Amino acid sequence: MDVSRRQFVGTGLVAAAAFFGLPRIASAEALEDAINAFTSGADTASDGITLIAPEIAENGNTVPIEVDAPGAAAIMLLAAGNPSPDVATFNFGPAAGRQSVSTRIRLAGEQEVIAFARMPDGSFKQARQNVRVTIGGCGG
Amino acid sequence: MADNVTPRVRVPRDASAGDSVSVRTLISHPMESGVRRDGDGNIIPRQIINRFTCEFNGENVIDVTLEPAISTNPYFQFEAIVNETGTFQFTWYDDDGSVYEETADITVS
Amino acid sequence: MTKKTLLGGGAIGALAILFAGVGVADIDEEESLIVNGEIEMITEAAAPDHLDGSLSTIYSGWRFRSDETQAIQADDFDNPAFIFVDQAITEFNTVMGSEGNSCASCHSPGDFEMTRSTYPQWDEERGEVQTVEMQIIECQTERMGMEEPYAYDAQVMRNMSALVSSEGRGQVVNVAIDGPAQSAWEEGREIYYTRFGQLELSCANCHEQNYGNNIRADHLSQGMINGFPTYRLKQANLVSVHNRFRGCIRDTRAETFPVGSPEFVALELYVQSRANGLTIEGPAVRN
Repeated sequence: MDVSRRQFVGTGLVAAAAFFGLPRIASAEALEDAINAFTSGADTASDGITLIAPEIAENGNTVPIEVDAPGAAAIMLLAAGNPSPDVATFNFGPAAGRQSVSTRIRLAGEQEVIAFARMPDGSFKQARQNVRVTIGGCGG
Repeated sequence: MADNVTPRVRVPRDASAGDSVSVRTLISHPMESGVRRDGDGNIIPRQIINRFTCEFNGENVIDVTLEPAISTNPYFQFEAIVNETGTFQFTWYDDDGSVYEETADITVS
Repeated sequence: MTKKTLLGGGAIGALAILFAGVGVADIDEEESLIVNGEIEMITEAAAPDHLDGSLSTIYSGWRFRSDETQAIQADDFDNPAFIFVDQAITEFNTVMGSEGNSCASCHSPGDFEMTRSTYPQWDEERGEVQTVEMQIIECQTERMGMEEPYAYDAQVMRNMSALVSSEGRGQVVNVAIDGPAQSAWEEGREIYYTRFGQLELSCANCHEQNYGNNIRADHLSQGMINGFPTYRLKQANLVSVHNRFRGCIRDTRAETFPVGSPEFVALELYVQSRANGLTIEGPAVRN
């Protein structure tokens, strides 16, 4: 192990801030439009919906996520910082065993992933998680 | 039609009536997002799978609308209730109009 | 032989920023990989003797990846590399060349159980060290009568390489470094410790001296290739060993050797020998 490397703390911090900077929001308006298209502006509760995403995604091309909302009619996934926020909408049919799905998504950078669930009674649920996305370095 | 688009599905071979079984699906597809540029700087046109459905014995399990933010080689894992022996029907719809299908059987006792 | 670093303080500053890390050997302890619930992998082993103490323990690249990435490799359905293995199986059964044969005319995939773990290896007839790709090209040109064999890094070649690896999973890496292969192995070792490019980095600078640290946002592994060809999340496709070598050297801002070059063949032999003791995982999933 080479122990002779010196660390310039100041430059290290600047570099770190550049990599782990503020989360992206690509377009607040596009995000709001996407949400309203699903919820029509209704209030959302945060219980009864689970969104599982990594805290740090090793590569933004393939980020595994899982969403679960028992009893939901549909779940919509959004990525607040992507060029376009829509990711997918899952409509559950009568033969669904659970209202949960796992999939892999693309994230353009650090951002919030948001899940909305529409319940059969017309109410809505919401869960959010911030995901840091490592965008390589020397990974080629 | 995109090259070499191959679906793969995995369901258990058997189950008991009323079980909720795990279903996994994958389809090899580039999911070209429509925001990438080629070497000359031109936008590579979007071409994605935009919809995926699963039915069991004709009853809908899930109907997914996909956007370009779904990763290359779209993968979905979900659960289906099986009350009798039967067949899962999986369908993927491509932007270019192609439709890919796959089926899987399950024995339910 | 190490080239002199002429850039002085600027280079050291650049390297310091690059290596700002989270500590030595940032590897989760006690992690085990059993693929499909049956193939037990060895992801940690005593370093082979030839490393002469420069590493005490060797780790598979799997150990350096996030939990989510590791999980994707644990099952052949979840592992997207098997899309490409499936495509290779179709190719395997396809007639190609003037002799009217397919690979399946002479082989079944099970024949390749010991292939990946012992390649690259010396070929007596040709008087050189051969990689799996070279062996495939040899079969295609000399026995199948193909005028245009697979290109060294073409998709079809990577798919076939993944099929070969997949059959060898769980076998312990055991490439020969002595006998007729010795001079190629020594050439590979010399390349491994040579600094390349404007950034004056050798393979060892990152993968031997800084594994476990971060170089910018990449968590450095020991650079083992027991998982190749690997499905990289970045490309969402298989990546071959020589393609990765080319990428690494290009990242030091150097001209690289071409894929399939004798230098990369020698380097592949040497790098694989550093994993003697780990198991073949390919096609693995990496970031």
